[in-house]
Amino acid sequence: MSAVLDAAGPQAAHIGALWWLTFWLCVFVFVAVMAALGWAVWRSSRRARARRNADAGAGPDVAPDLQPAAADERRLGISVAVSVAVSSLLLVGLLVASVFTDRALAHLPLDNALAVRIIAHQWWWEVVYDDPLPDHVFSTANELVVPVGRPVVVTLQADDVIHSFWVPNLHGKKDLIPGRISKIEFRADREGTWVGRCAEYCGLQHAFMAYDVVALPPDKYAAWAEHQRMPAPEPASPAAQRGRELFVTGSCMLCHAIVGTTANGRKAPDLTHIASRRHLAAGRLTNTADSLAQWIEDPQQFKPGANMPTHFLPHDDLAAVVAYLETLQ
Amino acid sequence: MDSTAAAGPTQANRSFAEVAELERTWRDPQTLKGWICTLDHKALGRRFIVTALLFFAAGGVMGGLIRHQLSEPDKTLVGPDIYNQLFTMHGTTMMFLFAVPVMQGFALYFVPLMIGTRNTAFPRMTACAYWVYLIGGLTLFAGFAFNTGADAGWFAYVPLAGPEYGFGKRADFWNVLVNFTEAMGLMVAVDVTTTTLKMRAPGMSLRRVPLFVWASLVSSIMIIFAMPTVMLGANLVQFDRMVGTHFFNASEGGDALLWQHMFWYFGHPEVYFIFIPALGFISAIIPTFARRPMFGNDAIVLSLIATGFLSFGLWVHHMFATNIPELGKSFFTAMSFMIAIPSAVQLFCWIATLWRGRLDMKAPLLFILGFFFTLMIGGLTGIILGSVPLDLQVHDTNFVVAHLHYVLIGGAVFPLFAAVFYWFPKVYGKMLSEKLGRWQFWLLFIGFNVTFFPLHILGLAGMPRRIYTYAPETGWGALNFVSWIGAMIEDVSMALFVINIARALWKGARAPGNPWNAGTLEWATQSPPRPYNFATLPVVGSREPLWSPVVDGPTHVTGLATNAREGLVTTVLDALPDVRYVYPKPSVWPIVAAFGVGFWLIWSIFSIGGTLWGLIPPGIAFIAWYWPNRRDSDEELALQKRP
Repeated sequence: MSAVLDAAGPQAAHIGALWWLTFWLCVFVFVAVMAALGWAVWRSSRRARARRNADAGAGPDVAPDLQPAAADERRLGISVAVSVAVSSLLLVGLLVASVFTDRALAHLPLDNALAVRIIAHQWWWEVVYDDPLPDHVFSTANELVVPVGRPVVVTLQADDVIHSFWVPNLHGKKDLIPGRISKIEFRADREGTWVGRCAEYCGLQHAFMAYDVVALPPDKYAAWAEHQRMPAPEPASPAAQRGRELFVTGSCMLCHAIVGTTANGRKAPDLTHIASRRHLAAGRLTNTADSLAQWIEDPQQFKPGANMPTHFLPHDDLAAVVAYLETLQ
Repeated sequence: MDSTAAAGPTQANRSFAEVAELERTWRDPQTLKGWICTLDHKALGRRFIVTALLFFAAGGVMGGLIRHQLSEPDKTLVGPDIYNQLFTMHGTTMMFLFAVPVMQGFALYFVPLMIGTRNTAFPRMTACAYWVYLIGGLTLFAGFAFNTGADAGWFAYVPLAGPEYGFGKRADFWNVLVNFTEAMGLMVAVDVTTTTLKMRAPGMSLRRVPLFVWASLVSSIMIIFAMPTVMLGANLVQFDRMVGTHFFNASEGGDALLWQHMFWYFGHPEVYFIFIPALGFISAIIPTFARRPMFGNDAIVLSLIATGFLSFGLWVHHMFATNIPELGKSFFTAMSFMIAIPSAVQLFCWIATLWRGRLDMKAPLLFILGFFFTLMIGGLTGIILGSVPLDLQVHDTNFVVAHLHYVLIGGAVFPLFAAVFYWFPKVYGKMLSEKLGRWQFWLLFIGFNVTFFPLHILGLAGMPRRIYTYAPETGWGALNFVSWIGAMIEDVSMALFVINIARALWKGARAPGNPWNAGTLEWATQSPPRPYNFATLPVVGSREPLWSPVVDGPTHVTGLATNAREGLVTTVLDALPDVRYVYPKPSVWPIVAAFGVGFWLIWSIFSIGGTLWGLIPPGIAFIAWYWPNRRDSDEELALQKRP
């Protein structure tokens, strides 16, 4: 259940190791202090009771002890000093561990790293796979696919407000701040699918700004990337053809892009391979034909405040658009 | 005189006629005007505390709604728009309208009593501050009532709160609230600082100052240094919003991160100036119930001061996930760890005091033991948050929600209830029910832990903060449901508190002057204290003047007028008598000025012209406030010639 401690790569594993060290030290300190406190309370209450019984009838309140025995006070002073010294030493130890973990995080080997650029928008993630060859660049949305065992350097930018990139199984957070470019480096060492979430409050739909992070073996990753670079296929069925027509002549293309068609909007997720994705609307819905139709019809029902407007499409048109989008594998 | 008044030195040597004259001089007329214009620090302190507790209740209801909304996945009790306003209002109310004012209220009430003087140094300013606070708080809530509640979080990060993404007037209400409460905070802080440094009873050298007064002094000085930053920041945002400046607009050369520095440079010390007075409560209560002076008094004073200093060097640990240089972050990790040391010193001194004491296990002490348990957990999770790598994982998740509630409820609210149970007899002259107090404590303690402990686990499971709902597949439903149950247990506890107060006011047992046989000066007054506090101002020879009174030399101050509101100013270090001081008389102008300030600030929400022309009413009120009055000057002059 604990995504933070279920590390799938070296960065999260470093942090996990520091977590357990800190956790057990904290448990030790907590138990020690509570034991000391409990003991102090128990013996002092007993002393007070004994005193009260001794001068019975003297009222509930004991006279204050204004001249505590000097030897006792000295012993107490030494105990306090030792306790403070031990606490300080533990803190120094934790500081050293923390700084070394920090160094380890900064020293992830980056040979042959995969470069990805992520631009956060209210409330979805644009993912751009950069490449020196311009025709090898492709973009997707709300889904980050990475090869197992190869380091990934994600360049982070924000389009509107501050967001934060967080895949607990792989690494900690990195904020995406308008006007600033930041980077996060990690590596996935095993196959798997994890959820990343926006961690900085970013407005109405901060709750539903998630993305899937998928780690594939290198060969499968290469195949996936190759497929993503391809433009959208020609629709075969008449319904899908009508759907494309509606898409590129209607309002969809004002915001969305489908490579291989005239739709080239960049305000909203690239839909070239939408049918291959696991989720819709930044993690809000599982990607099925039904949920896609419901989403197009009334996005506000699922994500109130989202920037996609409600579409009053006739039933047949909606079915056609969905049929077309379902072909975009 | 009431026979229950303390047998301390301070009631001695006064004839009945003199006491009656003091009463006439200091009592406010029993009229509405007398009530509104009062300058009695006790009335003002009580006003601050009661108002803050009402805001606490309002903030608590919002917190309950948040827990209810999250109690199951995909719940639709409220939508995202209302939810965002709810958590923003909850945080803002608790931090600005409850925690800071309630601590200042306690300082206003008890600092003059504990240092043996008749009033605070600048009571008119404090009277003005109260109304500024009330108007500001009500303005924020009025905005919320009309669906214009602030919705960018209590931290109001730009650009979300900026001109482009902060829609309507919501962020403007928040920015202006900051002006209101910070003005209030500064005025009270200046008053408390001056009172503490210059008006202590003769003989109360700095080493004899009670720990609660030390704590109030440290937190007041922190307020003076921290609050101007956020006030400035909020007004820069307001400039961006209203006149199109670009302080925080990255595309025009501004920087969104600048706001975070300005906010947290205030925001982190704020946590500590809430926490430090609470440490003062504990240091006031423990010796009384342990029946001995505090062990390591000087070490505690130095720790309070060190905490005050260090708390200004931690703010970046709220920003570890931003792209500021890594080496700098390590510095803030070191500072964050270092501030645990003065807290540890205090903790161990308290345990040592309890260890060597003879405990009288009453409700206030019970709340303090609850504080130890809760704050320890909050402090240890705080160390986790101070470490850069660990923070990167738990930052902005429910783990932080758990941490901050453990620190603020454990570190401030538990001590606050201890303080209420401890001082209620002094303030209202009635005893609270011990039995109801125990029930309240156990329900709060259990309810609180059931509410907030699960949030640690949810944070590690990946649940971010500030989300209005979540999908069932996340598996977060069960723990959130448990958390909601805990919140309802806390509600029952708070209901018992209200019942206890009402019951005590209605038919509680009469409280004697010093029901706990405590050692500090506030217990030398009657319960409740008379308007003049002390019939004669005391002379102090020890830290617990009631436990070890002055044996040789004068025991009280003579020669102060009883027919005028006269007090004694003493030197800062040794509290040697310095000059006589005539306190200001009640006046309507500070209150008019507060309403003028309110008019100006509210107008400035809606119009840039209001920022300028709105200054006219408060300007007139301030001039009238300071306009010299011949009769008062003549009286003062006469007093100077012949007391």
